[in-house]
Amino acid sequence: MTTATASRPETEKSAFDPRVEGQRLIKEWYAELEQANELGQPVANVFVMGNAVEILRAFDFKLVFPEINSLQTGVRKSSEEYIRLSEDYGMSPDVCSYVKADVGLILKENRHPVGRIPKASLAIASNMCSTFIKWAEIWERWLKTPTFVLDLPGQRAAGWQVRPGDAQHSADSRWVEAQFAELIARCEKITGKKLDLDKLAEIEDRVNRMVGHWNNVMMLNRRTPAPYNAMLDGLTYIGIMNVHRGTQEGVDFMRRLEQHLEAKVARGEGRVKDERFRLLFSGTPCYVSMRRLVELFENWGGVFAYSDYLTFAAGGMDAAELRYDTSRPLESLAEVTAIAAQRGLSNQFFAHERLAQQIRDYGTDGVVFHGIKSCRFVSSGMADTREFISRLDVPTLYIESDLIDPRYWADAQIKNRVDAFFEALGQRGSRRAS
Amino acid sequence: MPEAVYDSQKELELVLERCNEAVREPGIPPGLPEGFSGTLGHFPVYFPEEIAHAAGLLPMALLGGGNRMEMKHADARMGSFVCSICRSTTEMGLNGSLKDLSGFVTHPICDAAKHLAGIWARNLPDQVSQILYLPQNVNTPGAVRYIAAEYQRLRGVLEAKTGRKVSDEALRASLRTYNRNRALLREVYALRRDAPWKLSCTESYLLTRARSRMPCEEHNALLERALAALAHRKAPAQDKPRVVFVGGFCEQPPLEMLEAIDESCYVVDDDLLIGMRWLTADVPEGGDPVWALAESYVERSAASPVQHDARKSKEGYLMEMLRGANADAAILTAAKFCEPGLDDQLAWSKHFDEVGVPYLVLEFEEKMTSFEQMAMQVETFAESLLFALA
Repeated sequence: MTTATASRPETEKSAFDPRVEGQRLIKEWYAELEQANELGQPVANVFVMGNAVEILRAFDFKLVFPEINSLQTGVRKSSEEYIRLSEDYGMSPDVCSYVKADVGLILKENRHPVGRIPKASLAIASNMCSTFIKWAEIWERWLKTPTFVLDLPGQRAAGWQVRPGDAQHSADSRWVEAQFAELIARCEKITGKKLDLDKLAEIEDRVNRMVGHWNNVMMLNRRTPAPYNAMLDGLTYIGIMNVHRGTQEGVDFMRRLEQHLEAKVARGEGRVKDERFRLLFSGTPCYVSMRRLVELFENWGGVFAYSDYLTFAAGGMDAAELRYDTSRPLESLAEVTAIAAQRGLSNQFFAHERLAQQIRDYGTDGVVFHGIKSCRFVSSGMADTREFISRLDVPTLYIESDLIDPRYWADAQIKNRVDAFFEALGQRGSRRAS
Repeated sequence: MPEAVYDSQKELELVLERCNEAVREPGIPPGLPEGFSGTLGHFPVYFPEEIAHAAGLLPMALLGGGNRMEMKHADARMGSFVCSICRSTTEMGLNGSLKDLSGFVTHPICDAAKHLAGIWARNLPDQVSQILYLPQNVNTPGAVRYIAAEYQRLRGVLEAKTGRKVSDEALRASLRTYNRNRALLREVYALRRDAPWKLSCTESYLLTRARSRMPCEEHNALLERALAALAHRKAPAQDKPRVVFVGGFCEQPPLEMLEAIDESCYVVDDDLLIGMRWLTADVPEGGDPVWALAESYVERSAASPVQHDARKSKEGYLMEMLRGANADAAILTAAKFCEPGLDDQLAWSKHFDEVGVPYLVLEFEEKMTSFEQMAMQVETFAESLLFALA
């Protein structure tokens, strides 16, 4: 999975701080968005899974990630206000809290804690998460946002083996390419520009380089001690993977991040001072309590070496060593999109296969499953997957809260479960000790 | 011996009793009908049953566990926030009720439904367990070709399972059988629209649902008998409002809930079991049968909250249902924890507020057992409608 890069470990005096740099890039992105409508720039709403960002960038669309807007309300401790607004409007307590925060945002006339979110001239919703489509229908209905549903053929069964170029992959790619052709025609109509294939190829080249660094960043956390925590530091990294996918800033960030982490590994420096347990996290974070969640584990010397969130919420290209062939940018985009959808996104529905492999790859002592009350994509099969993983004699923990709804974070209860998990792990001993 | 006198009421009772018996138990009916080598379970909404039928597998729509099933396993395998039909389907997979299925197919209607394929694969590894990737974009040219390819894939999977080739001729024969079924179901619904006092929503529901547990051929015969008997049925029209019922496209409301609605309203159209009525016209019987099925899916099909189609807005198709059935109002239901249903329930109610259509909002679960309060709500709603319409 490693992609070789000519990188040089940074010195200890390096000025690069991934968290600070990541926050700066996110802040600048939001600042740009704030001006987009005034400057007459085309704006697209997209999701993190299956979004054709490469095409949109080729048309100079400014990208709004409504999921990131919603999680940012959680990070900034204001999600409850947005969620309650939508529930007062009539939304059910039992639907996705990201959607509810976004409806709250619409009700607040796009006033977000980070600034004003621009009105979109296009929305792309893939079928990778079914809620994306229902979410886009809200914009379609309420804001009259033209919507394009990008249907990506997913993993059909357990043990699904699709390889680039085989008959199944070719058929799936043709379907994706047909949809891209229609999407391009829509973008041309909105922007008044023709698609520039050279520009698309340049964007894809930058994505290739980002993904190359990203793969290496993931590989570095297979080392002991793990240089970063997948569920804290990793959240900044995937933010950049999404927001800056295909930009030079994105490439630079990932390159420097890889160098930074290589330097940490060279120094033998881990995220946790005394790493005792290496863990795998399945699911999404609780953004209103993300630091607290990680703290509960790090206090016991537990580090999240990997999370499936880093794959499916970052486009899924890392799951299959994918690279665009920039000599045929459009065809290659369809081919890579089709296979990433199967190996890196919709494989969530057969999560046991990937987890069983990653437990070995990352040398983990246990798996933590985080069931999200309002997210059926990550959670519906989780308890059953946990049962399957337990049969492999791997310790597991299941906790439940929400993406951004603070009403579902039960601190004492979660802490008790985490503590009991570590006590059991302690009795068993970590893999390294055995 | 004198010829038996045809008693239409008795005939209808016999047909409905057979339907009731067929759907009473949610598991696999005992004994395989002649001509079938196994059963293929499929989850709502739509599944091209013709392909399984032609492969010699009895298509069995899995419509949940109803309100008499005891949950012993699924509570530990699915979060508390997952809808009842997904939980009860899982329960039936784990408690042995569906252990003799040859396979199970689910669809990308929602994320919980997609997860059922993984649950099946982990717990019933000997069965075929598949997601049939019906597209959420049916508007891009190429959708028919993609669906046809997906159907061909399914055909291959079933051939491998049964060890029997599925010929085009067998598929065409299945298309003919199901086309007859579609025509008969259209007649049932036309009767509901034209003379709802002759056939209640509950009866029509039972008549339709029976196909989930018997070969289409037997179902056709039952429907023919039912329609013949209904033609003779003498039932006076009552003073009830004409309503459309929506929200029953996947998880099924308990019969008692439909009966409670029948008490006070004429349900002149609904989306109950819409997947079994998904194709709205006959599938062309000439040419490539797989292509014909795929093309029908795109060009002549119904609508639901879990299918995005730019030609059919959610508000648009519901208003069309109301107009087509000359309904006065709507009952907007949603299954608890059904995200697509809950989203559209709100959208519909807001739209009706704008255009001035009366409606009643109800939430249900297949496992619910108490209906008094709901019956009272429906009765009050019906009375207010009659008062307004007077």
